[in-house]
Amino acid sequence: MPRRVAVTGVGLVTPVGVGNEETWQALLAGVSGIGPITRFDAIKFTTRFAGEVKGFDPTRWISARDARASMSDPFVQYAMAAGTMAMEDSGLVVDGELAERTGCFVGSGMGGLGTIEATHLALQAKGPRHAISPFFVTQIIVNLAAGQLSIKYNAKGPCYSQVSACSSGAHAVGDAFRLIRHGEADAMICGGSEAVVTPLGVGGFAAMHALSTRNDAPSEACRPFDRDRDGFVLAEGAGILVLEEMELAKKRGARIHAEIEGYSATADAHHITAPAVEGEGAQRCMRKALADARLDPTAIDYVNAHGTSTRMNDPAETLVIKKVFGDHARRLMVGSTKSMTGHLLGAAGGVEAAFCVLALARGQIPPTINYTTPDPECDLDYVPNQAREVRIRHAISNSFGFGGTNACLVFGRGDS
Amino acid sequence: MAENIEEKVTKIVAEQFEVPVEKVTLSSLFMDDLKADSLSVVELVLAIEEAFGLEIPDEDAEKIKTVGDVVNYVKARAK
Repeated sequence: MPRRVAVTGVGLVTPVGVGNEETWQALLAGVSGIGPITRFDAIKFTTRFAGEVKGFDPTRWISARDARASMSDPFVQYAMAAGTMAMEDSGLVVDGELAERTGCFVGSGMGGLGTIEATHLALQAKGPRHAISPFFVTQIIVNLAAGQLSIKYNAKGPCYSQVSACSSGAHAVGDAFRLIRHGEADAMICGGSEAVVTPLGVGGFAAMHALSTRNDAPSEACRPFDRDRDGFVLAEGAGILVLEEMELAKKRGARIHAEIEGYSATADAHHITAPAVEGEGAQRCMRKALADARLDPTAIDYVNAHGTSTRMNDPAETLVIKKVFGDHARRLMVGSTKSMTGHLLGAAGGVEAAFCVLALARGQIPPTINYTTPDPECDLDYVPNQAREVRIRHAISNSFGFGGTNACLVFGRGDS
Repeated sequence: MAENIEEKVTKIVAEQFEVPVEKVTLSSLFMDDLKADSLSVVELVLAIEEAFGLEIPDEDAEKIKTVGDVVNYVKARAK
């Protein structure tokens, strides 16, 4: 009997809310977290809106000193906030022998990009001695989100960061799941964090023509699967989960929100940004994740789609789902929560894993908002505009990243 | 002036290391008594430089281990 993996805690910092309840209620209400960029003056940029985290006070989770020095970059602050929420939600105490059996995997696409930009500007103005903080390196390197959480929670097992663009968070959760299933760890703090609503972050994706330019209506800009979609919407935040070996979780009386049942990681080996023909790599990833979960495709009720709202992704992903699920594709609910949160890049997989967990635990499916005009190439049930109350059996979450990297996670209720 | 330097240094040290001002004495060792790490001490030296308009060479900075060391250094150099 293979070891099973329970999800006992989730923590969310997103453009629609700081905290699990705030975020979930906003999603169910179909609230958009997208608005004009306030982090910097974006007047010269072709895209001037994003999904920013609002009302975030880092000193609720870390000291003012740390917020200023070693944890000054928001990508670490969001991870600390979401990680603390997830640990409090789980009630897990990491001590004694459990310490060495507990690890941290927190992925991020780019780490402390904003700090790199600001420090470089200061370097031009003030020179190296007074521009570069002694904390600079440890502020920006990607693995410090995981590192800081391991320090806070005494987690002495494997600790590093998956870096795979928009699938970073999903790979982190999937790899953490595998460590527990294979007996290398008993508990994992895992997910993703990202904070690149910065001039180079926005400018970089804009230069690729990947972003929506609907500047006159930011909250309507992210419209996955809708005919009038014109690109993705950059967003920031963090989603962290606490995973535990099922029997140990039950023994300590933990609340089991859901179970992770399967995972797969594949590559397209095709192109840096375009999906492979018929989404071959993504198809293979979904199939392998279902096989890993030992589930027939008909057992799935909900797909939390990658659903970026780009011209290319949405029809390609629709085709992938049809190929993998056959006739059952018509019975699936295929939602894109990015329609409300925007695209959290390396954090997306962590945040969306948490959404799947909440959907299973509560029997509620968030909508895909801004869906007004069907696209003939996108013809599935996208849960348009209205949340649904429905008890689901199993869910799958898709994350696909630049470089042709794919991750799929399969979830169940964990009540059997 | 002497008193002012001491007060100013004490305040900067308390802020940098996030400790109450009353815990900071002239003999406080940054790393042992105030629980600062080596990176924070580097940051403190930079803050002292900015506050007093000094440049503290690394070979001098390495010898600064207490609040008293800072005060003496600043008194000797400040114009």
